[in-house]
Amino acid sequence: MNFDWNYALDILPLLLDGLLTALIATVVGYVAALVLGLVFALARRSSKRWICLPVGFFVEFIRGTPLLIQLFFLFFVLPQLGLALSPLAAGIVGLGLHYATYTSEVYRAGIEGVPPGQWDAAVALHLPRRRVWTSVILPQAVPRSIPALTNYSIALFKDVPQLVAITVAEPFTVGRAIIAETFRPFEPITMAGLLYLAVALVLSYLGRIVERRYKGMATA
Amino acid sequence: MSSAQLGLLLYGAWQTILLTLGGMALALVIAFPVGLARVSRNKFLRAVGFVYVELFRGAAVLVLAFWFVYALPSLGWQLEPAFAGILALGLNMGAYSSEVVRGAIQAVPPGQVEAATALNFTPSQGMRRVVLPQAVRAMIPSFGNNVIEQLKATAVVAVVSIPELTFNGQLIWSGNGRAAAVFGGLLIGYGIMALVFMTMVRLIERKVAWS
Amino acid sequence: MSFIDFHQVSKRFGDNVVLDDLSFGVANGERVTLIGPSGSGKTTILRMLMTLTKPDSGTIAIDDEYLWHERRGDELVPAGEAHTRKVRSRVTMVFQQFNLFPNMKVLRNITEAPVHVLGTPKDEAEARARDLLEMVGLQSKADFYPSQLSGGQQQRVAIARALAVEPDILLLDEVTSALDPEIAAEVLDVLRDVAKTSDVTMLLVTHAMRFARDVSNRVLMFNEGKIIEDAPPEQMFNEPQHERTRGFLRSVLEEV
Repeated sequence: MNFDWNYALDILPLLLDGLLTALIATVVGYVAALVLGLVFALARRSSKRWICLPVGFFVEFIRGTPLLIQLFFLFFVLPQLGLALSPLAAGIVGLGLHYATYTSEVYRAGIEGVPPGQWDAAVALHLPRRRVWTSVILPQAVPRSIPALTNYSIALFKDVPQLVAITVAEPFTVGRAIIAETFRPFEPITMAGLLYLAVALVLSYLGRIVERRYKGMATA
Repeated sequence: MSSAQLGLLLYGAWQTILLTLGGMALALVIAFPVGLARVSRNKFLRAVGFVYVELFRGAAVLVLAFWFVYALPSLGWQLEPAFAGILALGLNMGAYSSEVVRGAIQAVPPGQVEAATALNFTPSQGMRRVVLPQAVRAMIPSFGNNVIEQLKATAVVAVVSIPELTFNGQLIWSGNGRAAAVFGGLLIGYGIMALVFMTMVRLIERKVAWS
Repeated sequence: MSFIDFHQVSKRFGDNVVLDDLSFGVANGERVTLIGPSGSGKTTILRMLMTLTKPDSGTIAIDDEYLWHERRGDELVPAGEAHTRKVRSRVTMVFQQFNLFPNMKVLRNITEAPVHVLGTPKDEAEARARDLLEMVGLQSKADFYPSQLSGGQQQRVAIARALAVEPDILLLDEVTSALDPEIAAEVLDVLRDVAKTSDVTMLLVTHAMRFARDVSNRVLMFNEGKIIEDAPPEQMFNEPQHERTRGFLRSVLEEV
């Protein structure tokens, strides 16, 4: 069997459209994960048991179970409750929620890494609790979390192909539609896979640069 | 729930466990040579290890599974679906696990290698008798996390119609249309399996502790 | 050539010259203490003999065999793995941080090298290990893990482990620096015993000056990668010739 280059060239624009959708899902899902993760991390540190216990359980449960089924749940169950999401929206919510459980652990480690003396100093200065968080703790905790957070953007991108299961028009979904017309699966599937692989390799290269830069700053 | 449905779910759960263990076994078989290659003094071996890790960490399980199941037959290779699933899971997790191996080896204090040299061990004796036994203990918790990740990843191969828990759940759902019960039940089922695997890992951790 | 022979050895780390064209020899059976301010190259000497640090230039020989080179015809070429191992087999080292293997019990720490490097039968190696443990006063600790022992006990096990490979040359790199003075004394007593009962050649880097005076028959004073004074201990400690040596000894003795 030969790789049909004309066929490949014909379908490339369609697959690239799919890749664009995948990237949109990545970026929006990642931003959601960054914000939601911080909320989870703060909620789990709450002194009120009725907040920290359920949130803790929820976070552990989401992190311990497969993203794919969470996507099914969002896409097929929510409409029964009167909340119908488009495939892409369900995908973004699923990715954001799933990865928020990972980023919340990163934030937690970052917060715990702030020296206890900083809390003591904030108390000694009579700063209100909200102020302690916004001007003392988080400005120290978030920067030290950045390298690990960056890695999760790459991990999240690698989970985007799963959106094929809820018919988001990412490269594999596009590829399947093409195959339904042409009955030639080899080129679309191979190309969709290579597009994902190429972006993942570029992201991991960029991630290493970020990490190195942060290490350089830590030792400087 | 009918007994046919229950049977389908139990069979699916069993397949999920087999996929998890099979994928993890393949990952470990890959992880040690690749991890050792990454810390080798030989430049070529280091390069080979690096390429493997980058390539198969970059290639997600679903990408590999799709390619094995839908593209590879065009080249004349028809893989058994369960085998294709284990291959995709193991090749991908093998890249992550080899990073665990590498990290644990590099975390052994340099004084240990120096002591091995002072006792005139060969480099390979030093690796086998001194470095690896210490490194392996440090790997166990990370391998434990990998098992949980592997369990979660097995759901993905439902997309290529391998009849594990998620796929069989979908079958039941397409029959009865009760999405909340089926998918909620699946999530709880995976949660319980994760808990069981986690408990087993903790037991192993306690068993290998030496002091 | 002397038994241990350093010939024009140099070493630098970056801009920092650690050893500067250094030549000296040590006779078989000699006990030599290396003193001098930190960073003056003493530990580097030991690490080079143990093949843990590679010299930039110069040659090091043990009993007429080059450690980092081998002869090919008339030429000296960098040594292969097998050659280095063969020459190195006569040397061993005790470290500042003990470096016991935490995954092995005390007895196996001691028998591991005799059994797997020298090929000694296991029961023979174990009997010898128990003798050595008795010598260092730890016969009751054979089945303990290193982490269950105090620092001083760990260091005594490390000494037994080193003696088990039957070295001709024993290197002691600040073996009591990580220990409290009281605990250090028990380690030094063991080493005095070793010095008395064996004829092993010893090179030691230490800040324990009284100990150095007791066990060594020669003291080398290092400064900035060179040996600036070489004398028997009585002379070195009582009437040092070099101004730098006097300053150094004054500062060390004040500390104690």
